[in-house]
Amino acid sequence: MRQALRMIARFAVLALVFMGVAALSNRPLYHSLPKDTGVLTLSFSHGADRKAACRKATPEELAKLPPNMRRPEICPRGRPPIRVEFDIDGKRMFEAEVPPSGIAGDGPSRVHRRFVLPAGSHDVAVRMGERPEGGFDWRAERTIRIEPAANRVIDFRADAGGFVFH
Amino acid sequence: MTMAAGADETGRRNDWPPLRGLKAGLRRVFDILERGAERLFSPALNPLAQLGAISFFLFWVVAVSGIYLFIFFDTGIVDAYSSVEWISGPHWYHAGVMRSFHRYASDLMVVSVATHLLREFSLDRYRGTRWFSWFTGIPLVWFLYISGLTGYWLVWDMLAQYVAVVSAKLLDVFPIFGEPLARNFLTPEHLSSRFFSLLVFLHIAVPLLLLLGMWIHIQRISRPKVNPPRLLAALILTALLAVALWKPALSQGPADLTRVPAQVGLDWLFLPLYPLADEWGEWSLWGLLVGVSVMLAAMPWLPPFRRAPAAAVDLPNCNGCNRCVEDCPYEAIRLVPRTDGEPFPHQAEVDADLCVSCGICMGACPSSTPFRRVQDLRSGIDLPGQPLAEVRESVIAASAELKGERRVLVLACEHGAGGGDVGGVVAFPCVAMVPPSLIDFVLSKGLADGVVVAGCSESACFNRLGVEWTKQRFAGARDPYLRKRVPRERLATIWASPFEAGRYQAEKAAFAARLGTPADAAPRQAAEEGDARLEKQA
Repeated sequence: MRQALRMIARFAVLALVFMGVAALSNRPLYHSLPKDTGVLTLSFSHGADRKAACRKATPEELAKLPPNMRRPEICPRGRPPIRVEFDIDGKRMFEAEVPPSGIAGDGPSRVHRRFVLPAGSHDVAVRMGERPEGGFDWRAERTIRIEPAANRVIDFRADAGGFVFH
Repeated sequence: MTMAAGADETGRRNDWPPLRGLKAGLRRVFDILERGAERLFSPALNPLAQLGAISFFLFWVVAVSGIYLFIFFDTGIVDAYSSVEWISGPHWYHAGVMRSFHRYASDLMVVSVATHLLREFSLDRYRGTRWFSWFTGIPLVWFLYISGLTGYWLVWDMLAQYVAVVSAKLLDVFPIFGEPLARNFLTPEHLSSRFFSLLVFLHIAVPLLLLLGMWIHIQRISRPKVNPPRLLAALILTALLAVALWKPALSQGPADLTRVPAQVGLDWLFLPLYPLADEWGEWSLWGLLVGVSVMLAAMPWLPPFRRAPAAAVDLPNCNGCNRCVEDCPYEAIRLVPRTDGEPFPHQAEVDADLCVSCGICMGACPSSTPFRRVQDLRSGIDLPGQPLAEVRESVIAASAELKGERRVLVLACEHGAGGGDVGGVVAFPCVAMVPPSLIDFVLSKGLADGVVVAGCSESACFNRLGVEWTKQRFAGARDPYLRKRVPRERLATIWASPFEAGRYQAEKAAFAARLGTPADAAPRQAAEEGDARLEKQA
């Protein structure tokens, strides 16, 4: 009898510890977003044209290369940074020259910015230039509605005509 | 207290005061918990003394339940959630219970690993030769967490969405992905089943790496405990089942990328730092994680342990009997072919890099007998900081301190309560360093009326196996045996931690009170003299 009671006590202690662990495995609740707010994410990946066009290699340049690597044209891989401006309700929220990715600077430029906004309507304007200087090649302006806990996204797809609002 | 030079706890002294204080505080907390657990569970079943074994066991529970769940789990992004709902809904009684086992055993593994780490730290079992187990344990924490995170991801509920978004944000700070990972979770259209398949692969591959790491983690200790006692394992499984029925692991609604998981039931054991990604930013969180990991990995050298000299083999007294090899808890001794031409095939060899100078090998050596009447008393394997000859001298000197009718000599482990005793005490790095013949020597020579062998607490031997070997030697179950002629009523063992000085003193006093008068020892004295004559003739 005493042994049985001892066994029950052992079980009870272990079960109590395990219950504590189980309770901690999803309580207390975590609020990742303030009440009555939503998220607008500006996220895209875009590669501007190469910095320079392909050109014919000079005889001197060709002579410096091993025979198997002598190509008639030299095409620089590097891309220029893109220029991005993003306004919400007339206020500049993001402005940057975004460099290309990759060690050789030949990958796309990436933008991923998350903005927590109060629920309601917001006027957004986004512009992108494919060169650091000069005007913007792509632009979009729109009034969007953010519901509480909504996740809205502004993407960019050149083949779809520019900025895409999800 | 008599203590030979070299065994003066130099290692423990070489510590930074704040760390020493922290260890002492933690040790006190563990001591209270462990004594309670020992009373309820018995020393052999004490869960706090089995944390490594329990972690291994929980790993297997997670692995087996995971394999079972994989039978029913749909790895496609669209059907993953519904297959998990099927598991927890209509088939709760088998697959649902297994899901709870999978989830809660993982959580418990985090708890057992964290407690194991804290306990080893408090016991100062991570410096010196023991650096290897500590150092190889740090990557295991990472593997454990990565395994858990990828698992949460697979359910593809609201929590999975939160984990996915924050994980992607954390990983995207490194420019190693062609496309930012976070773009996979922008909208439902961006989600790809291929990425999901990669996660399934990771959730299988990383636990396999964890298992490999666990195997490496225990390479430098002999007889590692990788399975808890069966009764304890059965209790753990029963308690897990009870919790699985009481609070089944459930999903938190399907993931919806058009919504933000604004309120999630976070697993605070696996994801306690995720909210910090928003609060502090990704780089700060990475800084914390890497900083803490590097600091933990460097702990064995902060500051380095000052070791006593490693055990040394004395070939003229070593016949390659293998007992020291069998008893060493750290795989520091091996047998190698004989080099001195003596007619034995082997001799013992000590790897000084692995030796912690616990002296257990000396206690195991058949030549470690103080009865030997040679000019230069040496053991086949001796501890240079506290050699056998010095031990014999210390015992004789300590016995001279004993006065009165019931003289009790204490042979104490320096890590237990007896190590703090004064007067008539000889301290050793481990109680298993005491050769059983030393007790025979003390009693038959009339150096004391009784001997107390005082070790660490029963389930928390500082040198892992010292308590167990001592018990087995005294019970005649392990070489070298305590001879039958030694009157057992004149010998007591007290297993007590440094915080149990009160119990130690009480048990010692009770033992002294039980002892007979010194006159009882007279016939034994005569017998001993006869033995000595025989030994001399031999």
